[in-house]
Amino acid sequence: MGKAICFLLGDEPRRVTDRPPTETILEYLRREERLPGTKEGCAEGDCGACTVVLGEPDENGGITYRSVNSCIQFLPSLHGRQLLTVEHLKGDDGSLHPVQQAMVAHHGSQCGFCTPGFVMQLYAGWLTGEATSRQEVKDWIAGNLCRCTGYGPIIDAGVAALKDGGHGRGAGRPDVAETAAKLKSLDNGAMLRISHRDETGREQRWFTPRSLEELAVTYSGYPDAVLVAGATDVGLWVTKKRRFLQTVIDVTRVEELREISETEDALSFGAAVSHRRASERLGAIHEDLGELMRRFASVQIRNTGTVGGNIANGSPIGDLPPALMALGSRLHLRRRDEERDLPLEDFFLAYGRQDRRRGEFVEKVVIDKLPENARFGCYKISKRFDQDISAVMGAFRVDLDGDRIVAARLAFGGMAATPKRAARAEAALIGEIFGEAAFQKAAAALAEDFTPLDDMRASAAYRLKVAQNLLLRFSMDRDGDGERVPSVLELA
Amino acid sequence: MDENLIQDRGVAGTARQARPHSAARHESRETIVGGVARPEPHDSGARHVAGEARYIDDMAELPGTLHIYVAMSDRAHAEIKAMDLEKVRAAHGVACVLTASDIPGENDASPVFGDDPVFADRNVEYHGQSIFAVAAETLALARQAADRAEIVYEDCDAVITLDEALKAGSDLLPPHEMRLGDCEGALAKAPHKVSGRVRIGGQDHFYLEGQIAYALPGEDGDIVVHSSTQHPSEVQHNVAKVLGLSDHAVTIEVRRMGGGFGGKESQPALFAAIAALVAAKTGRPAKCRLDRDDDMVMTGKRHDFLIDYEVGFDGEGRIAGAAFDQAMRCGYSADLSGAIADRAMFHADNAYALNAARIRSRRMKTHTVSNTAFRGFGGPQGMVATERMIEKVAFALGKDPLDIRKANFYPAAGGALTPYHMEVTDSVIAEMVEELEKSSDYRTRREAVRAFNQASPVVKKGLALTPVKFGISFTTRHLNQAGALVHVYKDGSVMLNHGGTEMGQGLFVKVAQVVAEEFQIDLARVKITSTRTDKVPNTSATAASSGSDINGMAAQAAARTIKERLIAFAAEAYGVSREKIVFRPNRVQIGDEEMSFAELVEEAYLARISLSATGFYATPGITYDRETATGHPFLYFAYGAACSEVAIDTLTGENKVLRVDILHEVGRSLNPAVDMGQIEGGFIQGMGWLTTEELCWNGKGELTTHAPSTYKIPTANDRPDDMRIKIWEKGESQAETIYRSKAVGEPPLMLAISVFSALADAVSAASDYKVFPDLDAPATPERILFAVEDVRRQAAGKTAA
Repeated sequence: MGKAICFLLGDEPRRVTDRPPTETILEYLRREERLPGTKEGCAEGDCGACTVVLGEPDENGGITYRSVNSCIQFLPSLHGRQLLTVEHLKGDDGSLHPVQQAMVAHHGSQCGFCTPGFVMQLYAGWLTGEATSRQEVKDWIAGNLCRCTGYGPIIDAGVAALKDGGHGRGAGRPDVAETAAKLKSLDNGAMLRISHRDETGREQRWFTPRSLEELAVTYSGYPDAVLVAGATDVGLWVTKKRRFLQTVIDVTRVEELREISETEDALSFGAAVSHRRASERLGAIHEDLGELMRRFASVQIRNTGTVGGNIANGSPIGDLPPALMALGSRLHLRRRDEERDLPLEDFFLAYGRQDRRRGEFVEKVVIDKLPENARFGCYKISKRFDQDISAVMGAFRVDLDGDRIVAARLAFGGMAATPKRAARAEAALIGEIFGEAAFQKAAAALAEDFTPLDDMRASAAYRLKVAQNLLLRFSMDRDGDGERVPSVLELA
Repeated sequence: MDENLIQDRGVAGTARQARPHSAARHESRETIVGGVARPEPHDSGARHVAGEARYIDDMAELPGTLHIYVAMSDRAHAEIKAMDLEKVRAAHGVACVLTASDIPGENDASPVFGDDPVFADRNVEYHGQSIFAVAAETLALARQAADRAEIVYEDCDAVITLDEALKAGSDLLPPHEMRLGDCEGALAKAPHKVSGRVRIGGQDHFYLEGQIAYALPGEDGDIVVHSSTQHPSEVQHNVAKVLGLSDHAVTIEVRRMGGGFGGKESQPALFAAIAALVAAKTGRPAKCRLDRDDDMVMTGKRHDFLIDYEVGFDGEGRIAGAAFDQAMRCGYSADLSGAIADRAMFHADNAYALNAARIRSRRMKTHTVSNTAFRGFGGPQGMVATERMIEKVAFALGKDPLDIRKANFYPAAGGALTPYHMEVTDSVIAEMVEELEKSSDYRTRREAVRAFNQASPVVKKGLALTPVKFGISFTTRHLNQAGALVHVYKDGSVMLNHGGTEMGQGLFVKVAQVVAEEFQIDLARVKITSTRTDKVPNTSATAASSGSDINGMAAQAAARTIKERLIAFAAEAYGVSREKIVFRPNRVQIGDEEMSFAELVEEAYLARISLSATGFYATPGITYDRETATGHPFLYFAYGAACSEVAIDTLTGENKVLRVDILHEVGRSLNPAVDMGQIEGGFIQGMGWLTTEELCWNGKGELTTHAPSTYKIPTANDRPDDMRIKIWEKGESQAETIYRSKAVGEPPLMLAISVFSALADAVSAASDYKVFPDLDAPATPERILFAVEDVRRQAAGKTAA
């Protein structure tokens, strides 16, 4: 049983016992370690100025590196990992890292405040080799905001520095095997239990169970605990809403919840599978899902945010639930030894309320793959293409018998207090021949399905109109001629 | 993509784009490293990328530092009936709580008008207004304590939107009017006439580093404040005013800002004053740092505008006269709104000779945050309406808007007057547009866009080429001055200081290049230092694009003073005539002999020659008479043009910029890499303003877009891959500017109007060009979709009729 958060800061071991567990990595770096290179730009994981790299031992004795937003990651997420910040990049002789050199040579910094975040995000790409083409580099840094340069110089620097990336195991890094061994010695695999009392006497508890059994037992012991996975939402409860979280259970180290399994006609994600890991599998089901995941938040957020989290927090504007509802998905829930399954759409009861009993948690989601006779499309509509919460998210699946629609699942986000299927519009399609006329009928019915809200993302009128138009677009895109109406993104 | 499309920005440290400025350069085979016209990297570049460039929050905190939370009004307009802060004071870790009654001097942090209270006293006039401050051992404790305040409000009627303000007639400042010729007569007589209306939204600066001040108490009541500000002298004056001190007791220092864009001109004074108040009250260092949400709620933004226009023209689209009615939302106080409104009026002509004009401006009061300076300072809003007007003329005549633009440019030969009666003598816009029209292949692409739209029912493309003419100088005459301080040390190294501030724009490296060039020493020998009010006093804001123009001149003057002393000394010491003394790269030729710069300096020191000098510059010939609304408010104009191609989705309103060609004029560039950065960055920032960046307030006057989760500035994927930016090679300032360079900070932002115009063009295409689209800014997917629906409805009506 571990009571200390043990990690490597660069190559130096750290053993933290006296900090509040909901302190963010960013706060810790700036205030405690006095490493001010990492910046706070928004404290909500939307600007990337706080980007750091985490290294985690993998099953092959190597290390998996990924970038995260340190402003919303809590300290215990460092346990057993290596934390690399912008201060760690220069060589021992003081020379700039190739990523840093490229940024200077291409005039990639102006005010410089976002720069450490860009450098670390590019450095993560340099380590992993995941972004080498120009488009990949742009996608890679779409979660980093710069207000000065207009991005061109940064993109050019990224392309120059990352084009032959994949250096995570090569020269220039401290010996990977040695680091992996050090990390193993810091983390014996036991459940982390932290108890902390702050200066006003408030007590906080944090648990990081490592197995399904430990999670189930712990949660039943503390059924009022906050379950945290990627902290991409819960992090904001602390940094933005300034909520004091008395008891927190981190589900991301539970082995069983990190599992992905696949059969011929279904895909199953453990609740703690990250978006990053899920995106490849989803993309294989349908290209639209791949594109959705590309635009889903940012690399940093996808690295930590989880499938289970996106569902369990019940947000009306989460992007995954509509997509998964349209495909056809079932949630598997657990409370100690009690288990049950329910269709995903039945999970969302009302705004902020889900069908989850006290002490019960989402264990996994099982997603239907698309049969031959199904047509599928999903559409994310937002003010900005990247890293923006949808005004409307529409995901549609219709099953055909010949040309005739025999089943329809039309799911929307942003249209109601929960992610929701459009029952009347679906009914309007059944028995119709796939084509514009059928979808015009469905679009008209949509007005009876939803009374959307006006807010800063979109007006109710726009939401309804665009939702209706998305049905029409789907009918054009999937009319069977093999050609889609081009997206404006494809013209660029 | 085609690798050739990667923008050439000049590789750092090479002279690829350099153009020599002096004949001497040709004579010598060697040159200094880092003189003017070189694409030198940002002076802090290597520190930025290593996380070693220190911002105020990165400074090691002194022991005992207090952290301040500023408590805000949660009403738009109300009277404070009672305020009980006892529980706040009693909270754990609280060192002091300050309200209006704790202010020893004046309760005002405004730039001019005395109407920005540090702490609201009885009345609150916007949701987010500062009411009291808590200083505690940590920021978290300060916030927790502030939550315990008990405040009783009595709500008053609140005016939130510009429309409400116009309806209520709530003018904050007197209206202003400019007249050229007989506008009414010209409109009446013109063969054709159109009118229209456009709404233009505001914009949050979204500098990445939020507002911050760190105050350090000294002896005898003195105080030093590290403030992230574009205007140290004004912060100094405001801190002194609030604390009841003389200006000389207050020193403001700023090494760098993490972005400014106008948002750190007048806005930082409030937070510096609060930090200084806490430091003075407690004798402890005090830091006031706003988080993103509080920053966006509490600080002013670009003004939103409503502009009506009417224009008379002939069959060729030549303008006979134009009238503009501009109204802007100032917010609750004046701030810089008067000058911003004036600049919107000064730019209602953009690059066009209107011949006769009437421009009216109303500056409306609302119970919202006081809007403030933002790159372009009103100019962009004025110009958006002008370009829409031109497009409406073109639509009425069935002509290409580019032909209407070309028919109305200010002539290169001069002779045409602006609406404020200044003759435009430096117009190069016709020549530049001609060049861009060719290089962007405008005519062919116009045809291609039409052909594409014929065949594409859902996705429509649009194209537009728009000009920019932007007046350079502060329109407030006395602000056009700058000072510098240069020391040469015994070893020949140089310390440079001036009144300009570094917010990322590359001012420091440009001015250092000027000094290196003057002394003919390598740039590395010139130390760039923090801006401090005790080194150079009474400075103007680094604003109005004037930074390098005026500070470069002041630094040059200081360097020349020292150089003159060195020449006089050498002439006497070596018995040669002054003209035989020539500064060569890193050395000085004295008659037939040469010595290093450092050797000459050492000798001059031993001979007791002063090696420190101040420099000063006042921009000549600036006038503006408000009574007659005439004058010469600008030293010169900067020009540019951009051609943008876009695509919209008529089912969703989604849109994308496909290609941008820019030709921009910077005179003879002091640093082409830095200028390129300003052009590209300004364009993308302007594109964000006109597309995705939307500010929303709810009915209670609460800003609902106060963080990047809800307020969407462009990302890397919004920048078109096909972006071809060129600095105009023929550019050369006609005015006597520093090395004949021109200002570049603001003008490129307005190049992005081409995106907005292209989007409108694409919307029109959705009606098969039968209807002129009324499109408001920002052109969000929602506005575009509804504009598409609108033109299609109108087109159907026309067909039916």
